[in-house]
Amino acid sequence: MLGISFGRIAAVFVKELIQMRRDRLTFAMIIGIPIVQLVLFGYAINSDPKHLPTALNVQDNSVFTRSLTAAIQNTGYFRITNIVHSEGEGEKLLASGGVAFLLTVPPQFSRALARGDKPSLLIEADASDPSAAANAMAAISQLPATVFNNDLKGALRPLQATAAPFNVVVHRRYNPEGITSYNVVPGLIGVILTMTMVLITALAVTREVERGTMENLLAMPLQPFEVMIGKIAPYIVMGYIQVTVVIVAALLLFGVPMLGSFFDLSVALAIFIAANLSVGFTISTIAQNQLQAMQMTFFFFLPSILLSGFMFPFRGMPAWAQVIGEVLPNTHFMRIVRGIMLKGSGLADLFGDIWPLLIFMVAVMALALVRYRRTLD
Amino acid sequence: MSGGLAIDVSGLTKKFGSRTVVKDFSIQVPKGQVWGFLGPNGSGKTTTIRMLCGLLVPDSGRGKCLGYDIRTESAAIKRNVGYMTQRFSFYEDLSIRENLDFVARIYEMKDRGEAVDKAIAQLGLTKRQGQLAGQLSGGWKQRLALAACILHRPQLLLLDEPTAGVDPQARREFWEEIHMLAAQGLTVLVSTHYMDEAERCDRIVYLAYGTILARGTVDEVIANSKLYTWIVTGGEVRDLARELHDKPGIEQVSVFGITLHISGTDDAKLEKAIEPYRNRPGFTWTKSHPSLEDVFIHLMGPFREQVTG
Ligand SMILES: Nc1ncnc2c1ncn2[C@@H]1O[C@H](COP(=O)(O)OP(=O)(O)OP(=O)(O)O)[C@@H](O)[C@H]1O
Ligand SMILES: [Mg+2]
Repeated sequence: MLGISFGRIAAVFVKELIQMRRDRLTFAMIIGIPIVQLVLFGYAINSDPKHLPTALNVQDNSVFTRSLTAAIQNTGYFRITNIVHSEGEGEKLLASGGVAFLLTVPPQFSRALARGDKPSLLIEADASDPSAAANAMAAISQLPATVFNNDLKGALRPLQATAAPFNVVVHRRYNPEGITSYNVVPGLIGVILTMTMVLITALAVTREVERGTMENLLAMPLQPFEVMIGKIAPYIVMGYIQVTVVIVAALLLFGVPMLGSFFDLSVALAIFIAANLSVGFTISTIAQNQLQAMQMTFFFFLPSILLSGFMFPFRGMPAWAQVIGEVLPNTHFMRIVRGIMLKGSGLADLFGDIWPLLIFMVAVMALALVRYRRTLD
Repeated sequence: MSGGLAIDVSGLTKKFGSRTVVKDFSIQVPKGQVWGFLGPNGSGKTTTIRMLCGLLVPDSGRGKCLGYDIRTESAAIKRNVGYMTQRFSFYEDLSIRENLDFVARIYEMKDRGEAVDKAIAQLGLTKRQGQLAGQLSGGWKQRLALAACILHRPQLLLLDEPTAGVDPQARREFWEEIHMLAAQGLTVLVSTHYMDEAERCDRIVYLAYGTILARGTVDEVIANSKLYTWIVTGGEVRDLARELHDKPGIEQVSVFGITLHISGTDDAKLEKAIEPYRNRPGFTWTKSHPSLEDVFIHLMGPFREQVTG
């Protein structure tokens, strides 16, 4: 077996770059698709997700708190998934996307309630996806009037169902105005990259088969790995160009904030782009011609757009769809981009979404290499 | 190395689905020789060449190319073999120079720029080196492909119909170059449908429907054919051909311009068949050797009904 040669990778890389430059249509598509999609998806599609994960930070353990927790779950919008013991712990969960809400019951809540002081409950919501949070927040605002009717007995009876005995204070975090484009535009980066990166590599290899140049490529002393890296590398560069287009548009046209670091974003991008390119490469080892490659790309693209949390809030999807969604790189990348841009999260916070991307990438690359034809058989 | 053999294979068999396309193929090609590979369309020439350079895995049979096993050492074979595909398989959207440069990079040539310059100059394309390969005429594409596959100075050339569509002048230059390279020790296996090219080879191998039907020097192949041929010249040979073609003892009648070749395997029967026509005025009859083409057409005869494609 020959070793891997940098020179041969460079040969394929240079060839691919030249071909890419000559192929005006593809080049136009690379720049055109992001712009068209940005315009098209400027509007969000609303939905009404239920059972959103909620962290509870209870600093006052009493009968009231227990009723409250039950009532909150009964609205159908909240599912208590974590009990935390400090504000910091809750913040972290919220920032990593582990929960969508953080509910804090302040110390002395029940005492204040009993005194008729109208104490406050604090709800912090991850509003980076505003449609996901909106209905849940509406539901919780309805709570106070009736929730404690069973508990307010005896001396406390006068408090029952007069006016609400306590307040709910809602903090929308990360996207206080609930602007939809804040959520959609970063998500679009993942969608656009999925579509163009997969398609382009799928076509780049199938084209060789269709034009008969594959026979020559196979007759030369090239390793599958060298072909793959040489073919994928130019498109990583292209992926970065696309992302630049979208981010500039996001910042200028939609005023989307960029709270995190560009470095973190580019690291995540590199993994995500490579993952998509290996999907494209794998498709090209299966497809017989460019049309089939195109069809298979869309087969991959559809769930990536529908089940990744881009179109519909992820937590609003049925469980089976979430399982599929969790496998798709776009799902994780979507959370990463939103985390970095809207929440200012760092890579460490987002590690939970980075490792699935890495595993996906390595697994698919291995599959592509195994499937890559070494002969014409 | 297996003696002085560049190609040493035996029993190669290849099936596509249930159809056997190459059957029990064995050849031993000494280094520095030029071998011609002939046979009708679909006879398995391309398939055989692909097995030799590791592009197809034979279903059975074994052998070596340049001392490397064709099954297990195809990487080494690929480094030392120049394979020219039947269909143009360089990049039409790359220029002449870029294509050659790509090849030179793949083979990690140290003197890349120089080698490419030289190849372009030899082709006489220095002025057009920036032109896209896709814009070249068919013959020029062939010449570019040939230049590309000898660029890395291989020890063995496998050429699949390299001169299809190439003009006579370029064809002659091509063969001069082939013989020059062979004199330097390069071994060449070249498939062709041209008889004059077959005659330029040290040995020929004739394949029909996957089986080798004849092999050896041109003279040996003609002698072994056991074919007897009469050549008729003068007058309206076409009319004569029409009259003769279904007579018993005459197996083959073909017109070459103003001459007629009449062949058969049974000398006596053949003479008897032509007897009544011998005295026609205006024709000259000579008993001669069959041409290579006569032999090939004769060899194909029993198979002609077989469907191929
Ligand atoms: N990939 C393939 N799958 C199925 N059948 C094939 C394949 N490649 C070749 N064949 C069949 O194998 C037979 C031999 O084909 P091959 O290309 O080797 O012939 P050839 O001698 O090179 O013909 P030509 O002179 O037309 O180039 C043909 O009948 C062809 O249809
Ligand atoms: Mg052929």
